[in-house]
Amino acid sequence: MSVLLIAEHDNSKLKPFTLNAITAASKIDGDVHVLVAGANCENVTKEVASVSLVKKVLWCDSPNYQNYLPENLAPLVTKTAEKYDHIVASANTFGKNFMPRVAAALDISQVSDIIKVSSPDTFIRPIYAGNAFATVKSNDKKKCVTIRPTSFDPAEKNGGSAQVEKIEAVDVPNTSKFIKREETKSERPELGTARIVVSGGRGLESGENFKLITDIADKLNAAVGASRAAVDAGYISNDHQVGQTGKVVVPDLYIAVGISGAIQHLAGMKESKIIVAINKDGEAPIFSVADYGLEADLFKALPEFLAELNKLNTIQK
Amino acid sequence: MKILVAVKRVIDYNVQIRVKEDGSGVHTDNVKMSTNPPDDNAVEESVKLKESGKVKEVVAISIGEDKAQETIRKALAVGADKGIHVKTDSYVEPLGIAKILKKIVEKEKPDMVFLGKQAIDDDCNQTGQMLAAMLNWPQATFTSKVNLKDKSVEIIREIDEGLETIEVNLPAVVSCDLRLNEPRFASLPNIMKAKKKPMEQINAKDLGLDLTNRIQQIKVEEPPKRKAGIKVANVAELVSKLKNEAKVL
Repeated sequence: MSVLLIAEHDNSKLKPFTLNAITAASKIDGDVHVLVAGANCENVTKEVASVSLVKKVLWCDSPNYQNYLPENLAPLVTKTAEKYDHIVASANTFGKNFMPRVAAALDISQVSDIIKVSSPDTFIRPIYAGNAFATVKSNDKKKCVTIRPTSFDPAEKNGGSAQVEKIEAVDVPNTSKFIKREETKSERPELGTARIVVSGGRGLESGENFKLITDIADKLNAAVGASRAAVDAGYISNDHQVGQTGKVVVPDLYIAVGISGAIQHLAGMKESKIIVAINKDGEAPIFSVADYGLEADLFKALPEFLAELNKLNTIQK
Repeated sequence: MKILVAVKRVIDYNVQIRVKEDGSGVHTDNVKMSTNPPDDNAVEESVKLKESGKVKEVVAISIGEDKAQETIRKALAVGADKGIHVKTDSYVEPLGIAKILKKIVEKEKPDMVFLGKQAIDDDCNQTGQMLAAMLNWPQATFTSKVNLKDKSVEIIREIDEGLETIEVNLPAVVSCDLRLNEPRFASLPNIMKAKKKPMEQINAKDLGLDLTNRIQQIKVEEPPKRKAGIKVANVAELVSKLKNEAKVL
């Protein structure tokens, strides 16, 4: 039987992590159907239909789904799930918010944040902030699964021509109201998908000093990350946080500056391909996961680093 | 108003966990345990709302073996009024925990349930949302600001894109993020006083629920280790290594 995947989008464009979730869903079963619920979201359905791994698109258009309030979205997913064996979404703040409501309504024990599909009922997921990997088998008849997007490659965006089927909206409880969303606007790549991430920690000592980080990020066309300590200290906003309770990133290059490397931060970045640590404390735990460690005062090292990068002409844009 | 606040006893966040050689789990003997960090934020917010006069009573609940009572006592020491310990010696999945909490909500009739957004041991991030669904209540997850009104609560939530403001009707489930507040420490006199506060004990078996786990843990293993890296002497060497050896620049 088929897999039902819930697409994340902003009513005009598909969010990129949905493509990673599609890849994961296709490893469970080749017959991947995608539910696009939103308001005036026809463009999104076209985008999804052109993904070659997608076999069918279910389109539900109603103002009630505009801001994907979980109280409204979960009953629609629950009803649509009747015909499916697996219900799948990304394990980000979108999927984490509504999927457990669906699981509870269907009396299913959800499998959260999987990093590997071993078989249609067996998955690997990190526990204890990624300090252990658990192989788990779901004995529920139907399965609710959330997927760690960075553990799967994004699906090819073209080559497909899936059929789009309109489905009816369901009643909503009217118990919650969306007021506003303050998105951090940035010219830089998104933290979750950037090829390079430059992160700062408490060692930066102030929000103003984060300019040293952003200057390097701009030079490298990188996203800016931060440790929880830097976010808690108010140096930078929460959407930059990398770690167990922030974002998990897997870039080609992760540069940690002034970050000691608490367990919860390592959980968010230690799968990166190449890790660089710049820290004045040679004993800092971050060095234990770094491919290249530089024991130095960041206030000296970062301007030098920028000067060296300016000499290179190979940096990818 | 009344708040039920759920707390979980977990391996302390500073402890480097060790995977058991037989793949059956992680070592918990002689390991420091404490309250799941965002649950501390949930307790703090509940107590602050009580101090503001908007909330009359805060009831702290924990589900687990006898030692879960330590976690409840800590909540009582920072200002919760009463504790409920639901005893079970076996692991219960978030689905089962939500079923237990639902039973207690039906009995205690709180206006809000506060809990941490995620437990740092199983990292599931499910219980609050499941409880809300079972009760047919609205939910606010990843909460970083609470503005309690008469019949609703306005919440600022931390989402991947930034911040989102929503308003949910009461009763509601609120799952708390780490930046909601700064949890206080219990003073010694308050720790002593907490020992005299009421603690109700319920056996999970007596609740008439099917708590059979649906997910079978086949094995737990260490993640692949990163190979040890090198220290570079200066910035020039770092850039050269990144360019010529790692080929990422």
